[in-house]
Amino acid sequence: MADYFQPGNLDEALTVMQSRPVTIVAGGTDYFPARGHSPVQQDILDVTRIQGLRDISLTADGDVRIGAAATWSDVVNADLPPCFDGLKAAGREVGSIQIQNAGTIAGNMCNASPAADGVPPLLTLDAEIELAGPNGRRMLPLSQFILGPRQTALTEEELVVAFHIPALRRDVRGAFTKIGARKYLVISITMTAVCIGLGPDKRIDFARVAVGACSPVALRLTELEHALIGQRPDAVEISEAHLSSLAPISDIRADAVYRREAVAHQIKRAIAAASDNG
Amino acid sequence: MDKRVPSDMISFALNGRTVDLRPRAGERLSGALRESCGARDVKVGCDAGDCGACTVLVDGAPVCACLMPVHQAQGRRVETLQGLVKAAPEAKALSESFQDHGAAQCGICTPGMMVSAVALLRDIPSPSVAQVQDALGGVLCRCTGYRKIIDAVVGAGQIRSTTKDTGHTGQAIRRLDGAGKLAGTEKFGDDVAPPDTLAVRVIRSPFHRAAFRFDDLEDWAQKTPGIVAVLSSADINGRNCFGVIPDFADQPVFAEQETRFRGEAVAAVVGTPDAIADFDPETFPVAWEELPSALETEDAMSGRAAQLHSTRDDNIMCSGFVTCGDPDAALHAADVSVEGQFTTPFVEHAYIEPEAGFAKVVDGRLEIHACTQAAVMDLEALEDILALPRGDIRVVPTGVGGGFGAKIDLSLQPYLALAALKTGKPVRMAYSRTESMQSTTKRHPSEISMKIGAKRDGTISGIEFSGRFNTGAYASWGPTVATRVPIHASGPYRVADYRAKATGVHTHCVPAGAFRGFGVPQSAIAQESLFDEVADKLGMDQLEFRLRNALDNMTPTVCGQVFGSGVGIKACLTALRSSWETEKTAAATYNASHTVLKRGVGLASAWYGCGNTSLPNPSVIKAGIRADGTIVLHQGAIDIGQGSNTVIAQIFATALGIAVHKLTLVGADTDVTPDAGKTSASRQTFISGNAARLAGEALRARILKLVNADKTSRIECGDGHIKVTDGATAHRIDLASLETDRDGYVLQAEEAYDPPTKPLDKNGQGAPYAQFGYAAHLAVVEVDMQLGAVRPVRFVAAHDVGHAINPMLVEGQVHGGIAQGLGMALMEEYIPGRTDNLHDYLIPTIGDIPEIETVIVEEADAHGPYGAKGLGEHVLIPTAPALLNAIKDATGVRITQVPATPARVRAALRELGDD
Repeated sequence: MADYFQPGNLDEALTVMQSRPVTIVAGGTDYFPARGHSPVQQDILDVTRIQGLRDISLTADGDVRIGAAATWSDVVNADLPPCFDGLKAAGREVGSIQIQNAGTIAGNMCNASPAADGVPPLLTLDAEIELAGPNGRRMLPLSQFILGPRQTALTEEELVVAFHIPALRRDVRGAFTKIGARKYLVISITMTAVCIGLGPDKRIDFARVAVGACSPVALRLTELEHALIGQRPDAVEISEAHLSSLAPISDIRADAVYRREAVAHQIKRAIAAASDNG
Repeated sequence: MDKRVPSDMISFALNGRTVDLRPRAGERLSGALRESCGARDVKVGCDAGDCGACTVLVDGAPVCACLMPVHQAQGRRVETLQGLVKAAPEAKALSESFQDHGAAQCGICTPGMMVSAVALLRDIPSPSVAQVQDALGGVLCRCTGYRKIIDAVVGAGQIRSTTKDTGHTGQAIRRLDGAGKLAGTEKFGDDVAPPDTLAVRVIRSPFHRAAFRFDDLEDWAQKTPGIVAVLSSADINGRNCFGVIPDFADQPVFAEQETRFRGEAVAAVVGTPDAIADFDPETFPVAWEELPSALETEDAMSGRAAQLHSTRDDNIMCSGFVTCGDPDAALHAADVSVEGQFTTPFVEHAYIEPEAGFAKVVDGRLEIHACTQAAVMDLEALEDILALPRGDIRVVPTGVGGGFGAKIDLSLQPYLALAALKTGKPVRMAYSRTESMQSTTKRHPSEISMKIGAKRDGTISGIEFSGRFNTGAYASWGPTVATRVPIHASGPYRVADYRAKATGVHTHCVPAGAFRGFGVPQSAIAQESLFDEVADKLGMDQLEFRLRNALDNMTPTVCGQVFGSGVGIKACLTALRSSWETEKTAAATYNASHTVLKRGVGLASAWYGCGNTSLPNPSVIKAGIRADGTIVLHQGAIDIGQGSNTVIAQIFATALGIAVHKLTLVGADTDVTPDAGKTSASRQTFISGNAARLAGEALRARILKLVNADKTSRIECGDGHIKVTDGATAHRIDLASLETDRDGYVLQAEEAYDPPTKPLDKNGQGAPYAQFGYAAHLAVVEVDMQLGAVRPVRFVAAHDVGHAINPMLVEGQVHGGIAQGLGMALMEEYIPGRTDNLHDYLIPTIGDIPEIETVIVEEADAHGPYGAKGLGEHVLIPTAPALLNAIKDATGVRITQVPATPARVRAALRELGDD
């Protein structure tokens, strides 16, 4: 019969992890659906009682640290700068209130689904992920953490501790849009997150754009970001070349042609939304 | 501090009392609450966070109990519906409001809805509609269409005037069985068994078609700790074959040698709850060999595919056919004609309660307690499978958490029965969501070709219809679909020259069976879409075109059936006229100022014959009066949420002439309640309702005869007596003076009703149904031209119900049917092996159903009780075509394949040249 561990601090957690293979569980929102009715195969390490792991903090110079056990609701309800509006909007669209109250952002990253709602907004925030292991801590840019569908850079002895988001200009605002076939509890067909800043001429002078569910791992569209500089937010132009890094697939939710076509509209709308009240 | 807790006790506060548990690692909070804490009000619908039925509050915040390790509850405060209803003022107000609005139908989602709503009201005492939607968005409901739930939450705390209703027909009284649903005390299929009951798990085929071979099963069972028995076809003493239509019975309880669909059962394992929780089906001693399969009808009929059943060449199960007049000549003579091909996929019923039940042997008799739509059919099938005499089996339906057709067929009853008989012990089982979706029946996928001609004056001139229906591996209700479709494919119109054929084809897919409408929703998509196309070609208004051709009293149907009264389609269409005009104008105004979002308005009609097609279809209702004055109604029409517990009682009370609240209800139970037939074919209000009316009238006549009172007399039942007031004369019947019969009644009546139908001849001519109900829907949609997303904005639904026995329940049926029709039109597609869960298979959420205006039309039926007609299935038939017609109106594209997903709508727009 499997064991269940609920350490109160990080050192205890790491000690357990060195002693045996464990399945890490936080909100359980991916763990239980994946397990279904099959038996528990491995000891479980529950990280939700690790002291401080759920904290969200903002430093004086604007850097933000989100603890790995922070739930989507924690993020949605936190007092964060406007560049986090996209992350919060994504949070409000993750599953349902029930899922948001339990599921964590770190879990969303570790699950590494191509359609994970949290990845595009965190990419636009240039989030770094802090990992703790037996040899200490290390930081990785999020883009280097998620390696492919269901694949991350996390080793068996490591835990995600936090996300670090460097301060952005106070006027930069985030937005997130998602297409699904129904209103709630829906997996994205495509999704886009942006962080947009406008100059005094009301033209874009800061742009980050990330797209999910159109490639094995959500991607920043850096060429597009460059091209956006100087454009008016309500009339941006997007060429095929800007989207060339995407590799959408056809699945039960939509075909690849649709995804490629829809995402261009979605980006424009997200930029408009981020600029609307920005 | 060692935080390793495998053997540790945990403790938390459950509804204000402290509970101590010793949970297993990785145990779900939902399971612990239900099995270790007695909180069976926490419902399990999916075990994946997709349905929200198990929502509880942990430290005040709603979470899915199925996704929380029970260890996380340590030291926290957990609240469930039962506790909240007792203690929380918000929950008490919601409970009243839910009942007043008819916001609970089957009641399986009600705990999740209520708990979520309590959390909302604690936060926001007077929420807006949008706030309610956001708060309840995580809980799926398949019955209500959500609007009544929204109304109930927004209106919680508003006191509805208490009336002294008699509850007679025509009155919108609360459901008589509503209080238990709101209190969380109603027992559904998985709520009956004691916690430590042996559990059953079925071993299923992982391939669409496979050969298989067992190792020594008995040996494996003996060697595996906690496993008590293994069941396979070798354990079946009777016939390893069942089917709802005797002539087509073809489905084994356990496959022998070869499986014919993915998810088909080959064996079952019986063990202690812990052993079953630890059981990995991968370790079961069976060897599989995948065999070539045919999933599409085209392949299955090609001659290259394996033949599924030896007597059904080319995998053709059967066909239905109706013709009248000379369709070829009429189409040739038509001034305009249109034709089209339409396809629809498998659709899943997606009731929130997966199949579940409990069985035990009591005094040598087998008792099955399970969710079902057809208790007596279950019993008869088990007689055959088990080779037991009828008297040795008792079937007691539990509460049914939604059915919509799929719980008519047997599902887990044979496994429960075999396990109880083999072990001699009580056994239970509950299907997982995936098992439920893999193995129980679906709506038939269809491929339809249709051609419609018309004269320049708008008169239809010839219809030719051909439909192929994928019935999957076994017949189930496929023959009924094949029969019903040609009868209904004309729609409720006068079509003098008509030919329609529908064919059921076997494939290696899950069996398709009964689902609200039996094939008619599919054929209506083709027919009503093409009606718009004909009207367009003629330059006629779509509503006027329909009215011009609508059936009327004394006008023959395509089967040559003529109704002298009660043909309500013109009244339904006419009821939509003012909305049709205002909505068309509003859409045009909207579109003039919008480029990305475009609005459109669509119409569709429907008709549906109530009861079995040209077959005997009786219901029996019994009632008795005890010496103490209690009036007992044995009401065997199984309530799957639609409201028969209330409606049948209302009809009976009306006929007897007493208030409905004076009745004591005894539900379906094959030992004590006569057979009221299956809950299907929209037959209960009509057929069981008539039996209830006759029983009420008979009992009334018996009472009046005792005192020779006039038939207009007033009857009141009191303590040990009945008072009969005949004009100025009052009689008192002392019940103790009457003889008590063996059922314990001093007065009793039992009456049957069987609707008058006539067989169909080889051309489908005859009188298939004694009654049809009629409907017309208007849908307004908004289409995002860039993204292809369709957002329904509003529905107006006119339904001819003959006489609304309970107008609130009528609205409930209409809303729920529209939600299912909307799902079919826009998002639902079951793909065997790919969408067998509720996150890949999408049904509408609370945010997807717009405002619905229900118009109740009452064109009295010649046969129905007080003129009433059936309604359950009619409600979703026009929804999908009305939406497709609205999409066409908004965008110019005709969608011929549902669901009209954003990708499909965009593909059609691209084809039209709209980039």
